[in-house]
Amino acid sequence: MHPVEIKKDVFWVGAVDYTSRDFHGYSLSPQGTTYNTYLVKDEKTVLFDTVKSNFIDTMLCRMSNVTELEKVDYIVCNHLEPDHSGCLPKLVELCKPEKIFCSPLGKRSMQAHYNTEGWPIEVVKTGDSINIGSRDIQFIETRMLHWPDSMVSYIPQDKLLICNDIFGQNISTTERFVDEVERAVVEHDMVEYYHNIVLPFSPLVLKTLEAIEEMGIEIDMLAPDHGLIFRGKEDVQWCFDKYREFAEQAWKKRAVIIYDTMWHSTEKMARSVAEGLESEGVPVRIMSLKSDHHSAVMTELGRSSAVIFGSPTHNNGILPEVAKMLTYMKGLRPQNRIGGAFGSFGWSGECVKALTESLTEMGFEMPVDGVKNQFVPTHDAYKKCYEMGAEIAKALKEKCGE
Amino acid sequence: MEKYVCVICGYEYDPAEGDPDNGVEPGTKFEDIPEDWLCPVCGAPKSEFEPA
Repeated sequence: MHPVEIKKDVFWVGAVDYTSRDFHGYSLSPQGTTYNTYLVKDEKTVLFDTVKSNFIDTMLCRMSNVTELEKVDYIVCNHLEPDHSGCLPKLVELCKPEKIFCSPLGKRSMQAHYNTEGWPIEVVKTGDSINIGSRDIQFIETRMLHWPDSMVSYIPQDKLLICNDIFGQNISTTERFVDEVERAVVEHDMVEYYHNIVLPFSPLVLKTLEAIEEMGIEIDMLAPDHGLIFRGKEDVQWCFDKYREFAEQAWKKRAVIIYDTMWHSTEKMARSVAEGLESEGVPVRIMSLKSDHHSAVMTELGRSSAVIFGSPTHNNGILPEVAKMLTYMKGLRPQNRIGGAFGSFGWSGECVKALTESLTEMGFEMPVDGVKNQFVPTHDAYKKCYEMGAEIAKALKEKCGE
Repeated sequence: MEKYVCVICGYEYDPAEGDPDNGVEPGTKFEDIPEDWLCPVCGAPKSEFEPA
């Protein structure tokens, strides 16, 4: 297993996970993922983060092509989630590092995950810096991007920011750099990653981008812990601009309809709602929760400012897949969204009320009343759904400044 | 009025601003925030806050 030299004496020694589709138990990673570990050879040899524990052999093999393991002096833990820290116990045993650097909350996380007795942990805070020979490493805490322990490491001599999970993407390939892959693929994977992991912390993303600008640090390489590396100032700026766009959540003229159905009545209603949106020139994607995973829906939400939910009434409530979707979406705290609700029912008909309450609680604006229909929709019911779609489209276009 | 910081995520509660999105009006002292209020960034309870 060969390492990849990403800058002079800076090596990627991570692992590519081609087969995993389950990302951390809550999201799908349809393209697999990578666990990026970086090794810097200077007067001190420094390793930044590790890989998921089942890939330790791959990482050790790559590392061994750059250095003898016992020559690793420092380990920097930018983030303690197990896919980046999972090899720590073994590495501490094999490398016997002189120091392990982490943030104050990183130490807490480290102690909560591993038996750290005897580990040479050294806590660093924003503004702290260490010298490793011809290079310095500056630490910047990025709490809640996306865990309390998260921090980034900046090497000014290399203009390199090793940025843990921020700016990552789930992708598995032998290419290591963004400029080697089709841009639309990279952007899609960034949208997917951001809207399933980083979205709740959007206000912090904006603050961090501002802070980077104010600090005036020069960055010509962004090396995240997952996915491809941004090489060159132009691509670094492209990445920052994308993150600003994701975080600002500006209004987009696009809608997504999310539904589940029992005897296809709610499904038929979904198509009429879509027709209504389309009639007003708003593109829409219909997503069935039996076909689309909740993380795929969030990716779509990254492109859509109108979010319309459909569920039949079932046992005086909504269907479990829809409830699951709402729970997942609520936690990710989307902002600037218009909502809508519809569904069929047999006799009691609580579905639209339940959906409306959930979406209102998430802060969605609900420009029109929901549509519910008893049993099988008739032409009249389709018309109501169509009109609801058209009204939501008009409200969205107004938000978009049309 | 004193500002408070969440020790988990670093969010700073500024009484002058309050937390209107979560029902805390501007001008509310930290002590007067309801006990079930949570950090708007990371969801930590009020007990995880320290004076800034």
